[in-house]
Amino acid sequence: MSDEALLELRGVSKHFGAVIALHEVDFRVPAGCVTALVGDNGAGKSTLIKCVAGIYRIDGGEIVYDGQPVNITHPREASALGIEVVYQDLALADNLDVVQNMFLGREELEPMRTLDETKMEARARDTLKGLSVTTIRSVRQTVAGLSGGQRQSVAVAKAVMWNSKLVILDEPTAALGVAQTRQVLDLVKRLAEQGLGVILISHNLFDIFEVADNIMVLRLGQNVAEFKRRETTEEEVVHAITAGTLSKVPGMAVDETSEGVVA
Amino acid sequence: MSTATAPVPGGPAGADADAPGGMAGAVRDWWTNVRGGQLGSLPIIVGLVIIAIVFQTQNDRFLTAGNFVNLIVQSAAYTTIAMGIVFVLLLGEIDLSVGYVSGVAGVIAAVLLIPDGNELGTGVAIVLALGSGVAIGTLHGLIITKIGIPSFVVTLAGLIAWNGVVLLLIGSRGTVVLQDDLLIGLANDFLPEGVSWILMIAAAAIFAAIQLNEVRVRRKAGLEHDPFSVIGLKVGALALALAVVVYVANEDRGIPYLLLVVGFFLLFWGFVLRRTKFGRYVYAVGGNAEAARRAGINVDRIRIQVFAICSFMAAVGGLVLASRLRSVDTNSGGGEILLYSIAAAVIGGTSLFGGIGHIKSAILGALVIASIDNGLGLLGLGSGEKFLITGGVLLLAVTVDSLSRRRQTQTGRA
Repeated sequence: MSDEALLELRGVSKHFGAVIALHEVDFRVPAGCVTALVGDNGAGKSTLIKCVAGIYRIDGGEIVYDGQPVNITHPREASALGIEVVYQDLALADNLDVVQNMFLGREELEPMRTLDETKMEARARDTLKGLSVTTIRSVRQTVAGLSGGQRQSVAVAKAVMWNSKLVILDEPTAALGVAQTRQVLDLVKRLAEQGLGVILISHNLFDIFEVADNIMVLRLGQNVAEFKRRETTEEEVVHAITAGTLSKVPGMAVDETSEGVVA
Repeated sequence: MSTATAPVPGGPAGADADAPGGMAGAVRDWWTNVRGGQLGSLPIIVGLVIIAIVFQTQNDRFLTAGNFVNLIVQSAAYTTIAMGIVFVLLLGEIDLSVGYVSGVAGVIAAVLLIPDGNELGTGVAIVLALGSGVAIGTLHGLIITKIGIPSFVVTLAGLIAWNGVVLLLIGSRGTVVLQDDLLIGLANDFLPEGVSWILMIAAAAIFAAIQLNEVRVRRKAGLEHDPFSVIGLKVGALALALAVVVYVANEDRGIPYLLLVVGFFLLFWGFVLRRTKFGRYVYAVGGNAEAARRAGINVDRIRIQVFAICSFMAAVGGLVLASRLRSVDTNSGGGEILLYSIAAAVIGGTSLFGGIGHIKSAILGALVIASIDNGLGLLGLGSGEKFLITGGVLLLAVTVDSLSRRRQTQTGRA
């Protein structure tokens, strides 16, 4: 664990009209660690990652990435910086095989502008091997035939193949059984071991205590607590999620109830 | 033709973890796939064999060299139009206007070639006719993507509107007889025997070279490849099938030029779908448009291009039909053209739900439809019986597809 943060949000705010989604949020993500982002529904987790991924523009504060202040206004800029998001729906095309999905939109071409299938297949195989994903029998089988855990592995491999430094995983285990969850959590750990920064969004505290190094709690768009996993308990985290102290009472500044805070 | 490769598992991609199994392993893999519901072209080839047996027992003129050549010529227009339909079906869309778009192209070419003193050159007329197809398809695509109207509705409007254009272009003439030798020759001339044999040998040799090159490249990259015995079987089967086609056709009038046209588009679009970014994106948009959009693919542009391709192929089919009938009239593009073309693509195995299908399904499906049409004609049955039976076959094909997909779900492959 280094003190140098890969990604740092300083006082980031985001509002949609009068609704405050994020209020002066500070968030540090060191490289080589799994940082869990937790909070109840509507706490602002999704808004926060969308700001980092370039889908939303922030209204206040700054994002520092790799020591430099950055202004991410488009998903492509996030990709260029090495930030990849694996969304909950994975965005895989069922009718394409594993290789085709991993390279979708960024195909390798031969000199004659035709697809370089050999190069793509070899790279896909090596990437999966590098992540110790051994459950996928053939990289030429269609994604339709894969289990939930295998699909998640493909989506993660797709994200890390492009020299990414920061991988954001949105609820990666939400739809998985016990064994499949195990596979994916192991994969998350390996990403951090390889030196990547990992943000893990999850509702499942069991998963979080399994893999996370740091836990950051959002409540109603504000950060209310930060824990080191080794120094905290589930009770403490749950308490922070449901009743953490807010620096700013919702509805005080603007004419909105707490329900008005959106995710 | 492409039917020759059917007994071999799904092409080079079929390489398995246990590839050194050789021929026995390959056959075993193929059988596992079939039992798991991945039937490939198997049902349609079985269907063609059944059709051939049924008609031959009823009328011994069905399996003659002359009728074989007739079949090639009769199926060619449906095949070319169905190739365009395969593209729109891959996106999960539909184009109901292809019939009259083919009519518009045929009429444009015929009218421009009327020898009234200011007729155009054949090449110019053909380019303008095909260009009108591209323009119509682009227009459909723009309306579908930019205004956001479902393709079903846009092309339904097109079906009516382009029928109107056919009537307007024909005007008071009623029928325009085609008098251009080159365009008439397209569907009515045949290759010299020797040329057919040379082309056949060249095609088999090129296929073998491509297969061997693939093995070389994959070996260099340390990937598994098909065993040589399987490659030998594929090349041998293709060469044998082509040789039979050339031999039988040469017993009669010879190989029609139309077969070269169909063969060219089969190879060209097959190449585009398998080997280019564009082809990959067509499958991706059909499989999961949202995933494609997030991968940075310009989904709207792909859709517009696909509708342009579809109408272009309809225009090609229109020229083929005009050439075969040697004239165009107010009925050009009407009748069963639209229904047969869509049915051909579906019977050939292209899914109506997008993302699954091959360009060869156009050929296989059109062959089935033309065989039924031709065979029932030989038996002296009318349109009523033809439509009834063709409808039944379409339903059967979709049922087989649907059952095999259920089987795939059960065995965890879908």
